[in-house]
Parts: sequence; structure tokens; C-alpha cells
Amino acid sequence: MKRSYKIEVDCANCANKMEAAAKKTPGVKDAVVNFMLLKMNVEFEDGQNPKEVMQEVLKNCKKVEADCEIFL
Amino acid sequence: MTKKQKIMLVRILIAALLLVGLNFVPAEGWLRFVLYLIPYLVIGYDILLKAFKGIRNGQVFDECFLMAVATIGAIALALYERSGDYTEAIAVMLFYQIGEWFQSYAVGKSRRNISELMDIRPDYANIEKDGKLEKVDPYDVEIGSTIVVQPGEKVPLDGIIVEGTSTLNTSALTGESLPKDAEAGDEIISGCINMTGVLKVRTTKEFGESTVSKILDLVENASSRKSRSEDFISRFARVYTPGVCYAALALAFLPPLVRMLFMGLPADWGTWIYRALTFLVISCPCALVISIPLSFFAGIGGAGNAGVLVKGSNYLETLSRTKTVVFDKTGTLTKGVFEVNAIHHNSMEEEKLLEYAALAESASSHPISRSLQNAYGKAIDRSRVENIQEISGNGVTARVDGVEVAAGNDKLMERLGIPYQNCHLAGTIIHMAIDGAYAGHIVISDIVKPHAREAVQTLKKAGVTKTVMLTGDAAKVADKVAAELGIDMVYSELLPADKVKKVEELLKEKPEKSALAFVGDGINDAPVLGRADIGIAMGAMGSDAAIEAADVVLMDDDPMKIAKAIRISRKCLRIVYQNIVFAIGIKLICLLLGAVGIANMWLAIFADVGVMILAVLNAIRALFIKKL
Repeated sequence: MKRSYKIEVDCANCANKMEAAAKKTPGVKDAVVNFMLLKMNVEFEDGQNPKEVMQEVLKNCKKVEADCEIFL
Repeated sequence: MTKKQKIMLVRILIAALLLVGLNFVPAEGWLRFVLYLIPYLVIGYDILLKAFKGIRNGQVFDECFLMAVATIGAIALALYERSGDYTEAIAVMLFYQIGEWFQSYAVGKSRRNISELMDIRPDYANIEKDGKLEKVDPYDVEIGSTIVVQPGEKVPLDGIIVEGTSTLNTSALTGESLPKDAEAGDEIISGCINMTGVLKVRTTKEFGESTVSKILDLVENASSRKSRSEDFISRFARVYTPGVCYAALALAFLPPLVRMLFMGLPADWGTWIYRALTFLVISCPCALVISIPLSFFAGIGGAGNAGVLVKGSNYLETLSRTKTVVFDKTGTLTKGVFEVNAIHHNSMEEEKLLEYAALAESASSHPISRSLQNAYGKAIDRSRVENIQEISGNGVTARVDGVEVAAGNDKLMERLGIPYQNCHLAGTIIHMAIDGAYAGHIVISDIVKPHAREAVQTLKKAGVTKTVMLTGDAAKVADKVAAELGIDMVYSELLPADKVKKVEELLKEKPEKSALAFVGDGINDAPVLGRADIGIAMGAMGSDAAIEAADVVLMDDDPMKIAKAIRISRKCLRIVYQNIVFAIGIKLICLLLGAVGIANMWLAIFADVGVMILAVLNAIRALFIKKL
């Protein structure tokens, strides 16, 4: 399953870090952050609840880039 | 400007004013330190906070950390050496923040620019209810509903016009500025702007499936497909920042230790730590990380505005390496519409002959018959025709206005025993016989598109070395078209499967590192479009198949756009390489100068912020493609 989320982040490098953090989150198959469009496309593994997984993704992203936001 | 940007701008101004003002305050010692701490904290408190959070979360090597260490280090050094020179540390922080602010502003601006270029999303659809127009969300309109499009409004959904005539502005979709006429019965595509009359449209697609949604989806997701340059840069940044940090650490400790232990010289800690701090300032990878995706994003946005949709940065990259262009003939270089080209050996007026032919063929819906009827141009009165006999594979005989008319190929003439004249032109020949006597022949052929020849020439000018045409058509026709257009190689009489094979052969032959592009109309070329390095579909407005199958989609069917697409990609990639070389180059030079002590922190901050600003400005150039 794929979902797209709007994000807010200040710099391109921070966006790359968010992408890496999202990819490492359990339940996430793949994640792509598009800094230019401020969008995060997340592909979830089968049987995962996107809402719960995204909470974890947000937590992990906050760890690497305190100033970021994902609009869930 | 967003609220965040405004606050930052105020902070920058306050800090800058304080810094200038403090130059005139004759404070010494601790008082001086405390006074200078005010602008430092005003400009840098968030950086220090972020750096602290980063360390707590185990994310040490980020730019906030680098800036925090570099500036705190510089202040500590000034305290230690009792020089009282705190200006440098504050200036570094100040310029860093100016750079960040500028970057955020420039990126936001180009984000808006590009979304304006692709501003085709309709906000509402008008539905007539009890004689009143009601605005509804296009998502809520069901297939088969009738919507009303008023002058000046965007067409929200694909459909068929049921009432009204108007002219449509398709420039947002195709880049073509010439308006298009539309009347009842015509198909209409979402994203066009209705200019003159009120139209009633019966929708044929849901909003999610409409052309406008497909295009927006495509453009918005384009920059998610990353190119090799982008991958290279993000990998580079991952190694580069920690690398420079360790190098700085080594620079701070190794030389002094070596001096002390082996050379018997004083350690000179201050100098070496200063040089190491300079290293840290230079090391921020932001210029690289922002400017490369920004260039691609701007390139894709600019191309979209010209009616060229590129599905991803990677395709833009491949497109720029195109040296071989393979065309499909029908629909790509030619109109794919058969037209009456010439009438020869006619024993009566051309118009009269055409009239007989059109009437005799009036019962058939074959493209050839249709082109005869089109060429005749008047309404056909079926009552004038009787006794129509279609002889499969030969032609038709019929009685028109009381005379016997036979229209067909040479086989029909032989069958009827009428001597006929062969034609020197390539195309489909319709021989005509009136009352058993030969009355001349009509040549019907596919018409070459008006810009096709020019398009092939501009491709050559754009650096394409080989042009190839593939067609299922007869060799005689194919060779003629190729010669007319100046195409290098022709392969004719191919079945669809043969086209894939030919493209595979050509892929093997092409020079290394160059790319092969296949241009088709996207209707029956899907396998070939997929097989080529890059598949370009033309005239895709309204054709879902083309949008699905191709990597690059030309919204209208003007072949000139192929060369334009290649030039846009070349320009974009040129900017990308400039930025890579420029940003990495300047940084490496400054690192080197910093290590030997020539570069001070002022130069370092230029290497970081100045390079980034220049790279961002350069990246935005990719947006301007009007003159290409």
C-alpha cells in the first residue's frame, strides 16, 4: 500500500535524512522524500496499519531532524 | 515569505546591526565578551539548540553541529588568546543563517513558480440543477453527468461536447498558443481553458482518471524518480560530512603533536585549532544537496510548461545523452490521416471525378473512402447512388446519377477489362472508370506533418547523429517519406513485433554511453516505447495508453518538440554538472587553502554560503526554456 504525506522541512539534506529514517522504520517497505514538493511517499509492508507506522516514522524523523513535521 | 522566514529576517537584521554597533563600543575583557554574546545568541540560538538535540539523539554530524562547534570554538579561541576578536564567530553564524534564509526563500519561490506553470488543476465543476448552476468538487461528478463550462473557466473533466461552440486554449497542456475550435460532438479534454462560448459537456471519465489528474500526478511524481547525479550527490554528502569532520579533528591534533614531539617546536595549538574550525565551516554539504534536485525540478517544470512531460529526473538525464532517434512513421512524422494528394489522367474535371468517387464509396467507412468524402467536402446525397457493389480487395462499382462508376485498384480495372495508367507517385491509387471508360486515377497518401523536415534537421543540430524510421508501410512509400525528410535509415514493411526486434538491433549498434530514443504516437507502440532507452510518445493529449507507456510525453503532435525536449534536457544536465563541479571544486580548494592556513573563516563562509547561493541561482536557470 502506498500513501503520500505532506511534510515540512527546511533543507534538502534534512529531507534526505528524513528519508533514511523513514526507510529504517519497521513496517515501511520503501519511502521517498521529495524536498521540492515537500511530500513523503511511503510504501507500507502488507498487513501494516499506516496510521500506527506513520507515528513511528514521525518519531524517527524527529530524532534525526528536530525541526521537521509530517502532516498525518 | 512565510512567517518563519520573516522572523529569521528580523533576527538577521538585529544581529547585523548589533555587530556593527558593537565595533564602536570600547568595552574590554568580560564585559566585551558578554556584549558580543548577545548578537551571537540572537542569530544562533536555534542552531545551538538543534546541535544539542542532535547529539542527544545520536545524530552528531549534522550542519548545526558543525556550525555550533566552529563558532563556539572560535569564541573559545578568542577568549584563550585574549584577542577579543569575537566578530568572526558571529559573522560565520550570521552568514550561515543568511544563506539558509536565502535558500529557503529561493526554493519556496521556485516551488511556487513551477506550480504556477503547471496550474491546470480545476477547482470546481458547474452542474445545472433546476435551471441554476451549482459549483461542485470535480471529484464528486459521476461519469455521464452533464457539466457546464463557461467562458474563462477551466474544463474540469474529460468528456464530449453536447451543446455549444467555442474556442479552447490548450496552452497549459501543450505549450501551443494557437486556440483550438470546438463544437458539439467533439471530445474535450480537461485542463483546457474555454475562451468564448458556453459549453455543455457530458463527462466520460471520473476526475481521478481525467487527463488533468493524470498529468498532475505525473509531474508531481517526476522528481521522485531520482537520477544518477542525484544519487551520486546524496551518497557523496553521506561520506563527505563525516570525512571532513575527521579531517578537522586530525588537523587540530596531529600537526601540533608532531611539532611538539618530533620537531621540538612549540605546539601552536591556537593556529591549528583555528584551521580545523575553518574546515568545519566549509564542510556543510548543503550547496550540493539542494542545487542538484532543484536543477532537475526546474528543468522538469520548464519542460512541462512547454508541453513536454518528463516522467522523472532519470529520464531527463537519459534524454540528454540521446544520439539515435528512431521514429515511427504513421502518426509521428506523418499525420496518419489519408488525404487526396493528386488526380491524374482525368478525362473530366477533377471535382466531378472526385464527386463520383465519393458518391460511389459513400457506403463504406474505410479510411480511404472517408478521405475521398473529405476531399469532396460537400454533403453526400445517398439518393443519387444505387446498386452499390463492394468487391472485397478490389473496390466498388455503383450507379451514380444514372452512370456506371467503378472505383478501385488495378485488380478491379483488370477484372472489368478496362486499360489503366500506372502512377509514379507513392500511395494508394484509386482508378476510376465511368461507363466502362477509363477516367483517370486519384492518389491518396498520408501527408507529412508540416514541421517534420525541420524537426529532423533541428535534431541533427541538437547533436543527434542517427535518425531511423520504422514503418509497416510499403517500401516505396517509406523511402519517399524518408528522402523527403532527410532521415538516415529506413526499415519498411515491418510487423509490430519486427519493430521491437529492429530497435533491439539498433540498441546494440549505438555508440557506447549514448542513448536511443524511440518516438511513436503511443497507440500501438507500447512494447517499443518500453524497450528503447527512452520512449517518447507524441500527441498524447487524451491518450492514456501513451501516458502510461512512455517516459517522455509530448502533449501535442508537433515533431519539433522532440528536439526541444532534448535541448531542455541538455541545458538542465549542463547546469547540474556545472553545479557539481563548481560546488565540489570550490569546497576542495577552500579546504586545501584552509589546511595550509591561507583561508580564514571569512573565505570558509563564502565557500559554504556563497557557493550555495550561486548554485541555487544557477539551478533556477533550468526553468527558462523559452529560447531553446
